[in-house]
Amino acid sequence: MGDAIKNFVDWLTQPTLYFTLSTVAILAILKYRKYTTKISVIIGTFVVGIAFLAFAWGDTNFNRIITKPDNIPIIILLAAVLYFSWLSLRRAYLNDERMKQGMPPLEGDAGKQKVHTWPDLVYVELICLVLFTAFLLFWSIGVQAPIEEPAATARTPNPSKAPWYFLGLQELLVYFDPWLAGVLLPTFIVVGLMAIPYIDKNPKGNGYYTFEERAFSVTFYWVGFLLFWISFIILGTFLRGPNWSFFGPFEYWDLHKLAPEMNVDVSTYFWVKLLDMPRPANIFLRESPGLALLGVWFFIIPKVLERPIMAKLYDGDRSNLVRYHVMMHLLLWFGLIPVKMLLRWTVDLKYIVGIPEWFLNV
Amino acid sequence: MNKLFQAIRQTQIWKSIFRHSYPDTPRNRTLAVLSNFFLHLHPVKVRRSGINLSYTWCMGGLTFFLFLVETITGLLLMFYYRPTAEYAYQDIFALRENVPLGLMREAHRWAAHLMVITVWLHMYRVFLTGSYKPPREFNWNVGVILLVLTLLLSFTGYLLPWDQLAVWAVTVGTNMARATPFLGHEGPGAALLSIGGLDLVHAGSDVRFGLLAGRFVGEGTLLRFYVLHCVGFPLIAATLMAIHFWRVRKDGGISGPL
Repeated sequence: MGDAIKNFVDWLTQPTLYFTLSTVAILAILKYRKYTTKISVIIGTFVVGIAFLAFAWGDTNFNRIITKPDNIPIIILLAAVLYFSWLSLRRAYLNDERMKQGMPPLEGDAGKQKVHTWPDLVYVELICLVLFTAFLLFWSIGVQAPIEEPAATARTPNPSKAPWYFLGLQELLVYFDPWLAGVLLPTFIVVGLMAIPYIDKNPKGNGYYTFEERAFSVTFYWVGFLLFWISFIILGTFLRGPNWSFFGPFEYWDLHKLAPEMNVDVSTYFWVKLLDMPRPANIFLRESPGLALLGVWFFIIPKVLERPIMAKLYDGDRSNLVRYHVMMHLLLWFGLIPVKMLLRWTVDLKYIVGIPEWFLNV
Repeated sequence: MNKLFQAIRQTQIWKSIFRHSYPDTPRNRTLAVLSNFFLHLHPVKVRRSGINLSYTWCMGGLTFFLFLVETITGLLLMFYYRPTAEYAYQDIFALRENVPLGLMREAHRWAAHLMVITVWLHMYRVFLTGSYKPPREFNWNVGVILLVLTLLLSFTGYLLPWDQLAVWAVTVGTNMARATPFLGHEGPGAALLSIGGLDLVHAGSDVRFGLLAGRFVGEGTLLRFYVLHCVGFPLIAATLMAIHFWRVRKDGGISGPL
């Protein structure tokens, strides 16, 4: 029985299934928020989570990863993110229901009343401070900070992992070259976050939780934060072992587990497999199919969607054209990630455009 | 006991520090905030929603608190730590064995991890309540930079124990820099930057070299990260935090329905 569960979990957590199921779960939670925001749901989630942890604790391989001191914050992160996502969605649902009945959001009345900072705010701060200090002290007494062997630049540990908060980016390295995964995409994340207040012209939902008034924004942030950031960190921490190969949570980290890589470029698909001829020597000609695909992705799609999306987001006001194109460009870069992942899983795609001569691979 | 308190409150010393009597009236509660340097970060009155934990999650405040914890524990750690390849590892190891109440490294590390989490959750809350919307667009931007700084602070600190974990995590992280377009020697476009067949961007001159002070993570990197971790980034972060808090006030306080 125990082994059957372990094998099932190992099978369930392989990247393709893990990612697909996470996507479906997140969208379903948002869609059926009437039911998923019930108090019993979050209690049930934590009970199941703790039960799973208790069950899995006895497994040598699982225990080895979970008890690493630096992985404790990730458990805290997971619990906190689950709870706060649920809380925000619950309040959003309650607010949406209230507003449908013509009532102000939960924050509405409370936002109008004012209370004295001393003592009302100060004592909340004091309680938080004392609780957190106590928590931190217990944690510090209970768990020693890790220290491994002294640095040796000649001995590379396998796997070499970035600090946990960057593991989402390291996971992207499976699908993209470093200039995208490590430089360009992180830059776009920061730029994109900064651009949000200037792109989003929806005046609703300022200062209270809501889903229906900001359905796209909230879904976008859930997908971006929970799916592509948090779930990638979980994946990178617990499910990636030596050589960045995939390992189920109950699987032994075998150094020799090597998944054969037989990935193929778009240019090979086009010239060799489709036209049955060798790839042309000229780089531009060789990569023209991939370049054409990227051209469609980055230039044709925004043009085609311009009219409907402009109408929906900005009431067709053409003075917002720059907003629209900045947004689309950022979204399309973001969208390239799941597209590339799907292509890798389905047709073993390596590069859409592959010009290793110039280190320019997409 | 009560009398003793009363007596202390009547002394000239007490009165020179606190210029109001016990804050149990609206007037004295106002004065308690206005006449206290630390409390005057806050407005005299706040929206009731602003003290509702299920609205604010308290994550911004906790982040600031953790920053203060990091500053204090970090300062204490600096007494015992020498940022050289020769001593760094030994000093960290000695912290565990030889220093009384050697909890500082633990507290520093766990608080750092927690701070990353609280920053993310703070941003999550601010997004979900639409609190980046006008008039708070600029403060959201300051917040994004503070988020990046938090990660950089954590990342630079990761190297300092100078063990295998530290060196290789930083190696993995900084290896990305060599692929920076134009500025990294394995980045697209770098080959275009050459004069008379002489490459301007190579392993000994690219952005990664500048970051690491060498071709790989070495003693120069340790010093560079140490200085950034203890002086550079905290100074920038503290400045931006001051702006962040000030702007919260100027933009209408903790957000609430308009």
